[in-house]
Amino acid sequence: MSGSKKTFVITRFDPDRDEAPRQQSYEIEVDPRWKVLDALNHIKDEVDPSLSHRWSCRMAVCGSCGMMVDGKPSLTCKDSLADHGDTVEVAPLANFPVVRDLVVELEGFLDKLKQVKPWIIRAKERAVEEGTHRQSPAEHQEFKQFSMCINCMLCYSACPVVANEPDFLGPAAIALGHRYNLDSRDEGDHERQEVFRGEGSVFSCSYANECSEVCPKNVDPAAAVNQAKFRAVIDWATSFVVPRGGEG
Amino acid sequence: MLEIVEHDIVIVGGGGAGLRAAIAAVEADPAASVAMISKVYPMRSHTVSAEGGAAAVAREDDNFEMHGYDTVKGSDFLGDQDVIQYFVEQAPRELTRLEHWGCPWSRNEDGSVATRAFGGMSTKRTWYAADKVGFHMLHALFQHSLRFDRIVRYDEQFVTKLVVVDGAVRGVVALDVREGNMRLFLGRAVILTTGGAGKIFPFTTNGNIKTGDGMALAYREGVALKDMEFVQYHPTGLPGTGILITEGTRGEGAYLKNGRGERFLIEYDHGVGHKAELGPRDMISRAIIREMEAGRGVESEWGLVVHLDLTHIGEERIMSKLPMVRELCQIYVHVDPVHEPIPVRPVVHYMMGGVDVDIDGATSLPGLYAAGETACASLNGANRLGSNSLTECLVFGARAGQHAIAFAKGSSGANQSACQDIAEQESARIESLRARKGGSERIAGLRAEMHHSMETGCGVYREQDSMDDTVRKTTELRERYAALKLEDDSRVFNTELIAALELGNMLLVAEAVAVSASHRHESRGAHARRDQPTRDDQNFLYHTLCHWDSGGPRLDRKDVTLGKWEPEERKY
Ligand SMILES: Cc1cc2nc3c(=O)[nH]c(=O)nc-3n(C[C@H](O)[C@H](O)[C@H](O)COP(=O)(O)OP(=O)(O)OC[C@H]3O[C@@H](n4cnc5c(N)ncnc54)[C@H](O)[C@@H]3O)c2cc1C
Ligand code: FES
Repeated sequence: MSGSKKTFVITRFDPDRDEAPRQQSYEIEVDPRWKVLDALNHIKDEVDPSLSHRWSCRMAVCGSCGMMVDGKPSLTCKDSLADHGDTVEVAPLANFPVVRDLVVELEGFLDKLKQVKPWIIRAKERAVEEGTHRQSPAEHQEFKQFSMCINCMLCYSACPVVANEPDFLGPAAIALGHRYNLDSRDEGDHERQEVFRGEGSVFSCSYANECSEVCPKNVDPAAAVNQAKFRAVIDWATSFVVPRGGEG
Repeated sequence: MLEIVEHDIVIVGGGGAGLRAAIAAVEADPAASVAMISKVYPMRSHTVSAEGGAAAVAREDDNFEMHGYDTVKGSDFLGDQDVIQYFVEQAPRELTRLEHWGCPWSRNEDGSVATRAFGGMSTKRTWYAADKVGFHMLHALFQHSLRFDRIVRYDEQFVTKLVVVDGAVRGVVALDVREGNMRLFLGRAVILTTGGAGKIFPFTTNGNIKTGDGMALAYREGVALKDMEFVQYHPTGLPGTGILITEGTRGEGAYLKNGRGERFLIEYDHGVGHKAELGPRDMISRAIIREMEAGRGVESEWGLVVHLDLTHIGEERIMSKLPMVRELCQIYVHVDPVHEPIPVRPVVHYMMGGVDVDIDGATSLPGLYAAGETACASLNGANRLGSNSLTECLVFGARAGQHAIAFAKGSSGANQSACQDIAEQESARIESLRARKGGSERIAGLRAEMHHSMETGCGVYREQDSMDDTVRKTTELRERYAALKLEDDSRVFNTELIAALELGNMLLVAEAVAVSASHRHESRGAHARRDQPTRDDQNFLYHTLCHWDSGGPRLDRKDVTLGKWEPEERKY
């Protein structure tokens, strides 16, 4: 296939050298079948080895390669160059501190992930000898969608609440906590409701729905946040009526 | 300044095997403290990309004997039968554990876990979570591991060296990718779980991180790499990218068709008999190459391919069982498998070989363990059966974790100043690489030459001359690596430096693959020679060991552990 030329305007930043982010342009020959990530890798290999970006699977499942492309959050290994013009702007994901070039700081997110206790909580752990739980296809369906998150962080960079309130638990973490709450094998609802009712959690969400629009895996975190809100209210209300541990 | 941290054990890698090992270690010993070092965040590990499933006996019509025999036969009788026996017995327990930890396995109507057919397996024993099995397993393991504060993660840190003092491993040295500084991790046992090395080839299902680091780390310290000549080609990769289309498609009934629209595995004798599309990978990959050579391939914009046809399966089944396959085809080859056949060709997928370990995951170096794809416990022999390796990560990851922590508790601490000396020297080496100017070799240049040579010499079919050329070439490239030129001397997130370190590892591993291959004068499993097309048990029923010795590879051999199944002709 014949190549054509495109210009990539890439935001660069090395904390040891740059006071502030700067932009650098690269004009390269591209294969029209390439994804944005292919172009970045080509630049790194053949033009400027100092360009830094994260990637691994190049099949839209490891969640490493999220960036802003032409101003929008994008999974760059999935984003076709053909959908962009002759000039393509690539910048680090919005709403995150930048480590270097296109690499952003994820430590905050990992802390948030842990806060929602994303593991099966049971009063009594099941022994291996007891075999697997029975879970009907319908029960499985309940949480399936919310278990598809690849932690690519596109939703955080699209979220207007995260932009103003960096401590906001955020769409992916809430969706994950909610996923466990919906799992028929789990009994940790109450513990997670306490997290959800706390500061910077589900009630901070302004339901802008931006998160679900950018999600490359159709997880629909906005729906998760909304459902979690609803359940947090119910849980809070019933806590006055039913004593803790009173349901099984 | 060199920072020093200390834990009971140090695990290198946060994929399926590493996470399982870490959980096993803290569960086995309530006081254990575990360092888990990973060059990417654990949920980015390439286990995430596995699609089709994980094998373990689950149904009434199945038993350990059958899973064992399928695995032995699949391995072309090079698997160690004691290891295989232990594996098949533990497999259901491990997958059940994962179910308790939240893995969303697909279900039958009655709520039991569903299983699907897979290549070389005689019944449905592959557990699945649609076609995102690795993704769900990895996230379930990672999320479960967050419960344990005693698993201390060191994310985005790249291990560059094992610390060996007085004949035992005492820890590792790692580069903190984000900060650019070096750190010494002291531990009385180390487990390598760094995954495979598909990136030594140009066309592979493997992600960017699969560069054989753990194999190179162990090899440099004198530990043997075993059976490196056995490289699995998966029959169905997407042309262009090499992205995998899972064998689960064929498990769900997909057909392989040639340019004439024939199901060639049935129309022509390719040795897979009645199994047809559910034959083992080595045989089907060869069948595809033979179809292409016979002029029965399909011309496409990416060159010759064959077709994987799912159109008769129907949209509903595809959406419930193979949704990611559909998504991948739409994004990467612009084909909707509900309506059109998928273009595919054989693609480098998995390393049967790896760091030589025993059934406990122990290497010949005291304190050093390995598990997962980087290890070779001889479960897979000359050809792995699809869906055995995710289970392998769990079964042998757990066992390595338990044995490593027991070893650590029984061993005394190291001479710290000797460890520190090694770490200081290693820091100096990395520092000089970072700033290396004036060399003449480019990373991308050497990598491309390695790729070309590996594909030519160590492909689906092999011959003496081309293997010998690849041995010479990889040795030459390894020597030229000394003249590498780096342009980025910055400290923070220097991915050029990481790529340079990975290339150094890959060149060692590539040479070991080529040397091992060139000395096996027979065809067995994935090692198929045109000039020696049959298996020769008389002379070659042994494991190849490749040692790093005085600046080059040296080969040795090790007996295969046989058992109740005597080698016989491998016919399906
Ligand atoms: C596309 C694809 C599909 C597959 N499908 C299946 C399937 O359906 N069923 C099946 O059984 N098998 C499948 N396999 C094989 C299986 O997925 C792998 O063999 C297995 O997941 C490997 O797991 P691992 O833990 O050994 O390594 P990985 O998951 O690759 O993890 C390696 C870890 O080591 C770390 N690491 C590596 N080097 C360093 C270093 N120098 N310093 C620090 N950390 C390091 C990485 O960061 C990572 O955390 C598939 C493989 C591929 C590529
Ligand atoms: S590289 Fe893995 S999601 Fe893009």
